[in-house]
Amino acid sequence: MAVRAVETTELELVDLESTSLRELNQRVHDLATAPGPRAWRILNPNGAHALACGLDAEVEVEIDGHVGYYCAGMNKRATVRVHGNASTGIAENMMSGLVVVDGNVSQSAGATGRGGLLVVRGNASSRCGISMKGIDIVVGGSVGHMSAFMAQRGALVVCGDAGDALGDSIYEARVYVRGQVAGLGADCVEKEMRDEHVEQVGGLLAAARIDADPADFRRYGSARQLYNFTIDNAGSY
Amino acid sequence: MCGIVGLFAKSPEVEERLGEHLAAMLVQMSSRGPDSAGVAVYRDPAPGGWSKLTLYSADRAEGWAALAADLRHAFGGCEEPSVRASHAVLVVDADAAEADAWVRRHRPDLRVMSAGQVIEIYKETGLPLAFARAFSLEDFTGTHALGHTRMATESRVTTEGSHPFSTGFDLCLVHNGSLSNHNRLRESLRREGIEFQTENDTEVAAGYLAWRLRERASLEEALEGCLEDLDGFYTFAVGTADGFAVLRDPIACKPAVLAETDDWVAMSSEWRSIAVLPGAADARSWEPEPGVVYAWDKAAVGA
Repeated sequence: MAVRAVETTELELVDLESTSLRELNQRVHDLATAPGPRAWRILNPNGAHALACGLDAEVEVEIDGHVGYYCAGMNKRATVRVHGNASTGIAENMMSGLVVVDGNVSQSAGATGRGGLLVVRGNASSRCGISMKGIDIVVGGSVGHMSAFMAQRGALVVCGDAGDALGDSIYEARVYVRGQVAGLGADCVEKEMRDEHVEQVGGLLAAARIDADPADFRRYGSARQLYNFTIDNAGSY
Repeated sequence: MCGIVGLFAKSPEVEERLGEHLAAMLVQMSSRGPDSAGVAVYRDPAPGGWSKLTLYSADRAEGWAALAADLRHAFGGCEEPSVRASHAVLVVDADAAEADAWVRRHRPDLRVMSAGQVIEIYKETGLPLAFARAFSLEDFTGTHALGHTRMATESRVTTEGSHPFSTGFDLCLVHNGSLSNHNRLRESLRREGIEFQTENDTEVAAGYLAWRLRERASLEEALEGCLEDLDGFYTFAVGTADGFAVLRDPIACKPAVLAETDDWVAMSSEWRSIAVLPGAADARSWEPEPGVVYAWDKAAVGA
């Protein structure tokens, strides 16, 4: 299939039963440099890996079904909606844009993400937001153990509960949890929920289109007591 | 990396096509494990008082009929061998322990892949698709099955080093991960009388389960013991005469997904393997929690 020479608002339908994953990904990559369809619908993903990865265009990609590893990885500007579950590393290293998963997601959702918004309507497994660097993540359900591990920037909003070792070795990211926290990781503490934080949670919930009262959330972040936070150790780096 | 799959039939239709579904699931896991593949299929129970052995011979011209005659002579009864590639199933008029011991004593050149009433284990080096074809997996009917595709990390690629591993009569283990304390544990299990055929880490986990079960632990207790005594990464699937169980290590290093419909329960390393099953799109699916034993058997699902 050749890339179309003109932009179109028509829905571009791609069935992965008849189109190869590589062909699809090449077509959506090409949107970064050449005009093409702005709205895509992908059928029969059947858990395929690296689906809609590396997008860099203001397009909307909807995927009907469950996706495999690293879906919407490195996303820039695009909106990717998964009408199903996602496996390991959804929106991994996202730069900007929006990724929405209707179902549950597996480990390391939004890992190392630098920007944009990841919305998970169901639950996220362990290590959600691991090493996040500016991405915002809103989870409608609960997150597993070691979420926000070494999280550096951005916000993780959890409407349900959080598993053990939340925010272990966290830097400057903010974590908001509405339900129970099984346990906090090293150097992660509960912090005061000030007006600016209620406002931030309200804004993220609105963007995620999740109905919850921002005042019900508690905030967690870094106590800044680990070795690298002590000025006496500055010379070691 | 490895791939593991499990399928438990809740309807006669799925039992009838168990091997076809199993083969499709296994082939989906080729990229996780191109070195070797294997399955444990629970099917065709041996008659009362008889038992079933799955044997492997490195000799492609193995005289299985002669072996059956020897077993008939020793025990009074042995059905004609059912041969699939390098493996043969022999149904013997003896209990599994006697039949197993006889083969180990008189034919040390053969490997007993499995022994019991219902289990059959087949495994071989090579791509999963080649394995499925060589062993005519699509022909199998059965109640439940486990499968494994191997990407070897810590020991040689051999038939014996492939999964599933037998962990006792009608029991088997498949493993995705790697264990770090297997050498020391192997030595302590040898002192308990557990035998090992390879340097493989999973065989040690299988031996550990066999030992705990021999010491009258329940399957659940034996699996929970793994959380204490095994050091390393693992998602395990264990097959029993009645069903199977799944366990992930306490920090869930290795993937697993479970799914259930009215017709089947399935587990796999990845959704790709489950997507090939009938009705998968509408299945209830979830990721098993770390350190929690999940088990299905006939009693539990009312099948």
